Amino acid sequence: MDLSSINPVLLLASLIVAATPILVAAIGELVVERAGVLNLGVEGMMITGAICGFAVAVETGSPALGFLAAAAGGAALSGLFAALTQFALANQVASGLALTLFGLGLSSLMGQGYVGVKPPATPRLDIPLLGDIPVLGRVVFGHDLVVYLGLALVVVVWAWLKFTRAGLVLRAVGENHDAAHALGYKVVRLRLLAIGFGGACAGLGGAYISLVRVPQWTEGMTAGAGWIALALVVFASWKPGRVLLGAWLFGGVTVLQLNLQAAGIAIPVEYLSMSPYLITILVLVIMSADRSRAPASLGRIFHASG
Amino acid sequence: MTTTLLEIEGLTKGYPGVVANDDVSFSIREGEVHALLGENGAGKSTLVKMIYGLVRPDAGQMHLQGSPYRPAEPRAARAAGVAMVFQHFSLFEALSVAENVALGMETAPPQRQLAARIREVSETYGLPLDPFRTVGDLSAGERQRVEIVRCLLQEPRLLIMDEPTSVLTPQEVDILFQTLRKLAAEGVAILYISHKLDEIRALCDHATILRQGRNVGTCVPRETSARGMAEMMVGSAFAAPEGRGRAAGEVALDVSGLSLASPRAFGTPLRNIHFTVRAGEILGIGGVAGNGQDELLAALSGELASPPGAVRLAGVPVGASGPAARRRAGLLAAPEERLGHAAAPDMSLTENALLTGAQREGLLSRGFVRWGAARSFARRVIDAFDVRTPGPDTAARALSGGNLQKFVIGREVLQRPTVLVANQPTWGVDAAAAAAIRQALLDLAAQGAAVVCISQDLDELMQVSDRFCALNEGRLSDIRPASEMSVEEIGLMMGGAHGMEVAHV
Amino acid sequence: MLRLERRPQPSRLWTWLAPLLAVLATMVAGGLLFALLGKNPYEAVATIFWEPLFGEFASYYRPQLLVKGAPLVLIGIGLGLGFRAGIWNIGAEGQYIVGALTGAGVGLAVYPLDAWFVFPLMVIAGALGGWAWAMIPALLKVRFGTNEILVSLMLVYVAEELLAAMALGPMKNPEGMGFPGSRNLQQYPAAHNAEILTGTGMHWGVVAALIAVIFAYVLLGRHILGYHIRLSGQAPRAARFAGVRPARLVLTCLGISGALAGLAGMFEVSGPAGQVSIDFNVGYGFTAIIVAFLGRLHPAGIALAGLLMALTYIGGEIAQSNLGLPAAAIQMFQGMLLFFLLAVDLFTNFRVRLRKTEVA
Repeated sequence: MDLSSINPVLLLASLIVAATPILVAAIGELVVERAGVLNLGVEGMMITGAICGFAVAVETGSPALGFLAAAAGGAALSGLFAALTQFALANQVASGLALTLFGLGLSSLMGQGYVGVKPPATPRLDIPLLGDIPVLGRVVFGHDLVVYLGLALVVVVWAWLKFTRAGLVLRAVGENHDAAHALGYKVVRLRLLAIGFGGACAGLGGAYISLVRVPQWTEGMTAGAGWIALALVVFASWKPGRVLLGAWLFGGVTVLQLNLQAAGIAIPVEYLSMSPYLITILVLVIMSADRSRAPASLGRIFHASG
Repeated sequence: MTTTLLEIEGLTKGYPGVVANDDVSFSIREGEVHALLGENGAGKSTLVKMIYGLVRPDAGQMHLQGSPYRPAEPRAARAAGVAMVFQHFSLFEALSVAENVALGMETAPPQRQLAARIREVSETYGLPLDPFRTVGDLSAGERQRVEIVRCLLQEPRLLIMDEPTSVLTPQEVDILFQTLRKLAAEGVAILYISHKLDEIRALCDHATILRQGRNVGTCVPRETSARGMAEMMVGSAFAAPEGRGRAAGEVALDVSGLSLASPRAFGTPLRNIHFTVRAGEILGIGGVAGNGQDELLAALSGELASPPGAVRLAGVPVGASGPAARRRAGLLAAPEERLGHAAAPDMSLTENALLTGAQREGLLSRGFVRWGAARSFARRVIDAFDVRTPGPDTAARALSGGNLQKFVIGREVLQRPTVLVANQPTWGVDAAAAAAIRQALLDLAAQGAAVVCISQDLDELMQVSDRFCALNEGRLSDIRPASEMSVEEIGLMMGGAHGMEVAHV
Repeated sequence: MLRLERRPQPSRLWTWLAPLLAVLATMVAGGLLFALLGKNPYEAVATIFWEPLFGEFASYYRPQLLVKGAPLVLIGIGLGLGFRAGIWNIGAEGQYIVGALTGAGVGLAVYPLDAWFVFPLMVIAGALGGWAWAMIPALLKVRFGTNEILVSLMLVYVAEELLAAMALGPMKNPEGMGFPGSRNLQQYPAAHNAEILTGTGMHWGVVAALIAVIFAYVLLGRHILGYHIRLSGQAPRAARFAGVRPARLVLTCLGISGALAGLAGMFEVSGPAGQVSIDFNVGYGFTAIIVAFLGRLHPAGIALAGLLMALTYIGGEIAQSNLGLPAAAIQMFQGMLLFFLLAVDLFTNFRVRLRKTEVA
């Protein structure tokens, strides 16, 4: 075992990369949950985004188009969930599970011709000057656009929820959909938009795994990232800033265990691979003491009577 | 001030199986306080929902200031100058006062300006409010202020108030009336919905009376006797409950030093509660909603555990026992919320009979349910309490409020409790069912049970209680014989010292 | 304009009609999907639903129905109990794996002891393993209020890693010439979950599934615990008022479903699968979620739904070899079934009415 082979600068840089997919997916789910909807289909939407993005990027040779397609794919899949829960008034937990099962099947069907194919590389933004700063340059300024997009998303969602009227209405709908309806707000329409946004984010996050993190296509490659994103929203007490913190924590654990595997530590690989999931459970336990922050209408079915 | 503001002609709205409003017509002038009077279920709420654009009429038309008025949604109603304060508040507990107000406005100014305007308006009308407090932490009276201020900021021409006093102490009602009179003097028309005759006589210029969805008459309340209005409202007189004057027996229920945190996010903790109830006696516990009533019921039913000695049944500590053990010992309860707490909405009446009857009615044998026995118990409740339903296989949610409440109360009464605790036994129930339920409580006490009746309805408490006290912010006032008390004294008890401080204008 | 109107009580007719309609809708939509993939839709659907039962080689496939149906029903029954109570154990796949590991572990530990009690001991160990794995989310939920959905799901991934570690490490066949995977229990008679009647597919797991169905049926319909389970799912507050202790119910429901999933895993590893290997689990734990819903969370329904799902697995395999239909298409087909069921279920609680758009 040789721990000195682990380079802390690269570790930090790859931490940010590892955190990006769950960060983007979790920010999307946060908006959905703040609107009072619990979509457990994040994993399904992520894997669908992963293959949509991968396929389009391979076919067109453009990672940018791939990411766009991934967002569209995730949003389209979330449309099924939206139809079930908002129009057919189905149970959200069951519908979310259905979405995940369906998404896993759909993605492996779509991905049949893409196993073993190499996707076009997503370019890193080489920011002149800033990128040349030792250590900081590599850790902070040496990434691709999606990383910064993810960070920007956190800030935008935070500000949007806190300062804009639309954000206020969204929070109101999540707190008390009956009251929001009584005031004349379009509960269902707003939730449809939120679900679609969440789907697009999940798709984007999935594509980041297949196009940048890994980068190749294998069945079920998201391996629970969608569920970790869901856990992250609970961990963050539905606050955008804390989603970022949580994503980095999980990213850090993932990268560290991968580095330990590479360094040949004397623990079997399988036990190291368990660690992100175990850490998720641990964090959930610590955070579940504070349940008061959950939007009050979360998961409840809305049906306007009269 | 004689111009007609709103004119309603022949409004009709039907739901499957019921006609909520049938050809209702009346008009409101500017600066008029107009009462809409009727029993629960008479169609008042549906009517105002149509005026506010939440429900579309099947037939009929409305005119606002002479031009046709057909709001497709609340937004359109607000734009036309119609504002509404809801009976069950349309507030968001986790948001601040200012955010709540902003949500009720078409174009809200930035938070800081809005906060200043909230302060200004609330002081002008004697409704002090802190814009930055979280609504969940406010009392019911303060929450209503938020609703009213939200309406006033839109400078409405018509203000609809749906049962506004059901959550207020008598002193708070006075303040509200002063505010409303001031608004009326400024030319705002007020549509005031209530079934409380005294209030309407004190406040309103005209009254329209609804019965079973129809307009059955109009009157000038100041010139009409309460009895006359009551007869129009109900259609026929029925016997008031009676049966007071029993000899109180041994102490049946003894609560001492009961303090508990609320399990809900914005609930009220119970603070050092003491009281005793004797066999054959009814203790009335008044108070405005949200002052610890739900928590007190849960602590007595066994849903919330307390130190064993805090609750004693005939001297035996039961504070640490669960609901089933307390039932076995004779302490029964009927919660306020019928659907989802006292009864499971989608389950049949037979299954709901089993819900609390399992222990005392012998509906189990070795853990297996005796469905035949459960069914016949449900049948007995239905027969004894005149529950109108096709039979014990009907789902609870298919029953009307009054019938389900009769079932819920009857289910407990028929189990011959030593102590029965009922929270809001006649809330949202038609007058006939309410009278029957109150009579059942009086009869139960006459047979030697101790009864605790938690209610926000002062008339009800005065009718049934032998002794009276009030809950305020989780504290219990002194207990006094009901016959010695005036409404003013009761009001002071309900408000507590704290309530009066914020209430002065 | 269409409008939804809540029924005064759930429609009995639709409760049972909905799954049938969902299956029909899935056949149609699945047919379209297969057509898109360039297959003859009629042939593909017929291959999946007809071939295993009445086709040329039906005598070979019919027993498979029991072999594949048993774990689905066994797991589905346990999940159904929990779902009824509003307790969402979706980590049955993990409990299935751990049950297989503990069950097989006992067998492998005593190898080559030839005694009558080896197999019963493995059964107990399998149930206990699944139970213990389910107790993790249960205890965390009871003690800390942690969300059982996320924890049980995370534990699936942990169990999969554990399975790999066992197949490559402690449980590896010492005579396996370095290949991953344990000894084959089919070749160890005392530990083999063999067919009770040869050629029927009837192994002990099928018997256990049958017992579980009857047990759940009696529990839900006749016993107060079953009543409390239903009550807690429909009206949690009313359940507390009735005297149900939510914590105890969580432990009971997760415990039962974990033990049943563990049993399913144990019967599988000692029978049809034969050995602990990296790819031992094939997603029964997740498919059982569909089974539970499709069976309306009713024991008899779950038994039927389990058989139907088994049929799609077998039919899917036939379609795969005969028509070259991808395996993933079947997975999607199953997901679609759940979608349609949830959508059609609307009619159980609501009526659709035409609204007069004219406002006078």
